[in-house]
Amino acid sequence: MRLNAKLVAAPAARMVLLLICVTVLSFLLVANAPIDPLTMYVGTESTLSDAAKAEIAEHWGLDDPLPERYLIWAKNALHGDLGTSITYKRPVADILKERFALSIWLMMLAWVFSGILGFLLGIAAGVRQGTAFDRAVKVFCLILQSAPAFWIGLLVLSFFAVRLGWFPIGMAVPMGKLAADVTLADRIHHLILPVLTLTVVSIGKITLYTRQKTVETMDSEYILFARARGETRGQIVRRHVVRNVALPAVTIQFASFSELFGGMTLAETVFAYPGVGSATTTAALNGDVPMLLGAVLIGAVFVFAGNLIANILYGVLDPRVRERGDYA
Amino acid sequence: MHDYSNNHNRHATVPALLVDELSVSFSMYGRGTAKADLDAIRALSLDVMPGELLAVVGASGSGKSVLAHAVMGILPKNARVGGRILYRGEPLTEKRLGALRGTEIAFIPQAVDYLDPLMRVDRQVIGTRGTRAAQEEIFARYRLAPEVGRQYPFQLSGGMARRVLFATAAVGGDVKLVVADEPTPGLGPDLCAKMMNHFRQFADAGAGVLLITHDVDLALGYADRVAVFYAGVTVEIATAAEFASGGAALRHPYSRAFADALPQNAFRPIPGRQPYAGGLGKGCPFFDRCTERRTDCASGDVPMRALRGGKVRCLHAT
Repeated sequence: MRLNAKLVAAPAARMVLLLICVTVLSFLLVANAPIDPLTMYVGTESTLSDAAKAEIAEHWGLDDPLPERYLIWAKNALHGDLGTSITYKRPVADILKERFALSIWLMMLAWVFSGILGFLLGIAAGVRQGTAFDRAVKVFCLILQSAPAFWIGLLVLSFFAVRLGWFPIGMAVPMGKLAADVTLADRIHHLILPVLTLTVVSIGKITLYTRQKTVETMDSEYILFARARGETRGQIVRRHVVRNVALPAVTIQFASFSELFGGMTLAETVFAYPGVGSATTTAALNGDVPMLLGAVLIGAVFVFAGNLIANILYGVLDPRVRERGDYA
Repeated sequence: MHDYSNNHNRHATVPALLVDELSVSFSMYGRGTAKADLDAIRALSLDVMPGELLAVVGASGSGKSVLAHAVMGILPKNARVGGRILYRGEPLTEKRLGALRGTEIAFIPQAVDYLDPLMRVDRQVIGTRGTRAAQEEIFARYRLAPEVGRQYPFQLSGGMARRVLFATAAVGGDVKLVVADEPTPGLGPDLCAKMMNHFRQFADAGAGVLLITHDVDLALGYADRVAVFYAGVTVEIATAAEFASGGAALRHPYSRAFADALPQNAFRPIPGRQPYAGGLGKGCPFFDRCTERRTDCASGDVPMRALRGGKVRCLHAT
């Protein structure tokens, strides 16, 4: 396979551009937000003298012009130093590393489950277009899509954790247990409800999309021809529908990393799951600028990676693109 | 001009395909919730003997493609079918069709769009009923290089694509009926002639071939008989020789006018337009444009009847 410059250089340039835009925008938003980082740091009840406050502001460079502050941040970020979180009093890079490891499990499990279930459900509904089953799937997905993620999270929480008591109401590990004593089973036990919530939140889109593509495929001339050649519905689905629908479905699933990240933030907040999402919410509420920028950065990279994979996969999986050798 | 009338198979008594007063209508949603039935085919009768190539000709919009889909049982769900379709003397039920499609009954579609864009050509030709050995043998017969099998449909040239479609028909083995829907548009004269030869080969091997085409000119050189289709109705079935000799030998005023409109004959257009099949009431569909019409043509049934070795749907043809 030709790994030409176009395939690597263009997305890399786009990525850099995207990161600059996203961070500049976040910087501007945070700088103009009615939250004073100094006040957030020392607390509103602080007995610190004005001179001491001014010294901190001077030390942080809060009075410097905005472009200068951004450039300093960007220079440090390039060297892997994302600053120190005001909320957690630790380097942002370390916090992100720890928390992303938790979030990525949550996101990937929900992504895989919603992808597989949504794909199968979408095909099952699409080949039975217009039947009661198809209509039920459609209504179900539309309801899920219009329900807010946190609301679904609260429903799941109140039913499975509070009413039935099957699962813990939050956190990633049991409360009061030493880190060394935490088992894998503990972690999985804590992960189930957030994953369930995020799966349910994500499944509507992929199901409806797969269903729509299946309906279009079933209407195509090559399906007509397959029928005319004696293929049964099962054979048609296995030989043609899965193949032709999987391509756009996989692509859309990768391209939906942004919704996944957004849903993850809400699910983590509802379940107090200590991942990047809940850290982002906490950081935003505390005016924790370094933490917030770090989270924005990691979110942007994550979403960009999803879109990039979607683009590359299309070139690898679709023979019409692959055999011609030009990637979009 | 070939003469295939001596083909021994034509003396077989049971037609490979017999279509008797077939009608097809589609229920459509009109304004609001009102449901309307749209007639595509009103009364279609024809028969294809084993070893015979029957060309179905008619202007576009006369319902020709619907005929192919009706025989193959691939009409959309909203289609209502009347009349009879017999394959080798027995009704072509859904169950029977399910077993015969792709083996004894083969469909040759119009274009490469009928192939799965994401499946390699060899696997598609093999389909669910063929074998690898049969595919390789048929590729050789149609002069398709083995490498073509590893390609995807979008990589095929126009001529190659058509040969692949022929290969899909031949791979089932014992083909007894070939139904082809407009297989030649967009091809150059050389390629068209090759296509027609392939159809002729199917017929000469003993299969009945139902060739739906708008290219009468081309079909006349290879067909045994021609069925003329007008506004959802078969108006005449005549031999290709009768058709080629110009209007005089034909029976129905429309087919005479149709033959005279051909470039090699008088090249004289027919005034007026073909009515839309759904908008027709009783009587002869050609009534409006017929130069020989009489008052009784406007109402009542006009049955298909035998006349001078052919068939005609006209009250006054002689």
